[in-house]
Amino acid sequence: MNIIATLGQYMSYPFVRYALIAGVLISLCAALLGVSLVLKRYSMIGDGLSHVAFGALAIATVCGFAPMTVTLPVTIAAAVIILGVNGKAKIKGDAAIAMISVGALALGYLLLNIFSASTNISGDVCSTLFGSTSILTLSKTDVYLCLALTAVVLLVFILFYHKIFAVTFDEGFAAATGIRTQAYNIVIAVVTAVVIVLAMNLVGALLISALIIFPALSAMRIFKSFRSVIISSAVISVICAVLGIFASIIFGTPVGSTVVAADIAAFIICASVGKVARK
Amino acid sequence: MALITVSNASLGYEGKAIVSDINFSVSDGDYLCIVGENGSGKSTLMKTLLGQKNVISGKIEFSDGLKQNEIGYLPQQTEVQKDFPASVKEIVLSGCLNRSGFRPFYSKSQKDTAARNMEKLGITDLSGKCYRELSGGQQQRVLLARALCAAEKLLVLDEPVAGLDPMVTKSLYSLIEEINKSGMTVIMVSHDMEAAVEYASHILHIGHKPLFFGKKEDYVKSDVYHRFSEGGKAK
Repeated sequence: MNIIATLGQYMSYPFVRYALIAGVLISLCAALLGVSLVLKRYSMIGDGLSHVAFGALAIATVCGFAPMTVTLPVTIAAAVIILGVNGKAKIKGDAAIAMISVGALALGYLLLNIFSASTNISGDVCSTLFGSTSILTLSKTDVYLCLALTAVVLLVFILFYHKIFAVTFDEGFAAATGIRTQAYNIVIAVVTAVVIVLAMNLVGALLISALIIFPALSAMRIFKSFRSVIISSAVISVICAVLGIFASIIFGTPVGSTVVAADIAAFIICASVGKVARK
Repeated sequence: MALITVSNASLGYEGKAIVSDINFSVSDGDYLCIVGENGSGKSTLMKTLLGQKNVISGKIEFSDGLKQNEIGYLPQQTEVQKDFPASVKEIVLSGCLNRSGFRPFYSKSQKDTAARNMEKLGITDLSGKCYRELSGGQQQRVLLARALCAAEKLLVLDEPVAGLDPMVTKSLYSLIEEINKSGMTVIMVSHDMEAAVEYASHILHIGHKPLFFGKKEDYVKSDVYHRFSEGGKAK
């Protein structure tokens, strides 16, 4: 009873409501894309692109631009390079991701160290990477932006659902039978980048991978068709986000890591259920 | 009428030719088997026919009637597919996608096509099953049904029986034979010489000079065939 009263009291604060709305939207988007990315063997792309976004954020901070105006285009460009042109590139898959990711992280930190006026650089970096507080400081505009971007992601996903399936399951077949796979790869790349930039606000750069990977993997333990995996992955992700945000409020823990902890717990439950069901 | 005419084509990677002077043509209703050793350029040739690669020199001409989205393709299984959560129905339907254009959902006629092809290959009862839990032969039938959904005129098969046991292999070959007899042109890449000679109407043997292209009956009498089939027996 006590807990419900506490939560009720917290819900009366707008910043908590904003955090909940944004959290639900972002985890929904991340889970939808996650299924395709994990199956395409791009699990690490969340990690890679979030570091790129971090690097871009550092540039924005140093130059005094609004963060989104730099992070969004830079991350989209990196995503297109990694996902879109992979077939022709000399450096492939995991190596390309690792290279771009580590490079951007290092340069971002370097830039902040050289140019930042802040006295607490490691504190700033830490909060960008782990997202310790940012979700609790969202403004109304941020929430609207979240809403708009989520709407775009959902729309793209619904319109291209079957094509995304075809490109994920068998790119060779799709290309050979006259589907423009390159175009759909770029669509997936752009949407991925948008989701990652969004998700940085919630869990911070380092934990985005978890939001993308865990719900997809959890759903795959139990469900056997692409559609059921997508839907259940979205549901699992949203439930974990809500539980995680509430738990972090009650126990005073960092939002990002608490949400991810909830995702890990969901994965363990799903893996056990899957194992029992198979016997 | 020739569906595909290849004249003096050289194929390869990054400007380096693996195989050159390829000349052959495929007519409506043919069953062409492309044979040759590993590394002879079979898959490169197939990728080129499927429009995934360009010729280094020479020409590949498609007759006016043949468009890219009328070709069905049975690729070799990929690593990704082994643990892919997808139902049989979802996979077969995805073969219809090449005629969807920008329409986001499948039409009634596309669903009918998928159902008809599942019926034809005897996998209707597997429709709701998960692809990764099927046997190798069943998976091949699913991918063949998908290829048939995409194929209007031409079916391209890449080593369709690789890794299957003899019984399943035989039934898959007779399925392909049936499909060919119902009017579909078939191009199969294979290193199963015995089956090539048994089922195909034409043979293209590459990776060996001189290349052989012609009717199966002539191939059986050719030097290339004897050298290869005896080499095979000696092993």
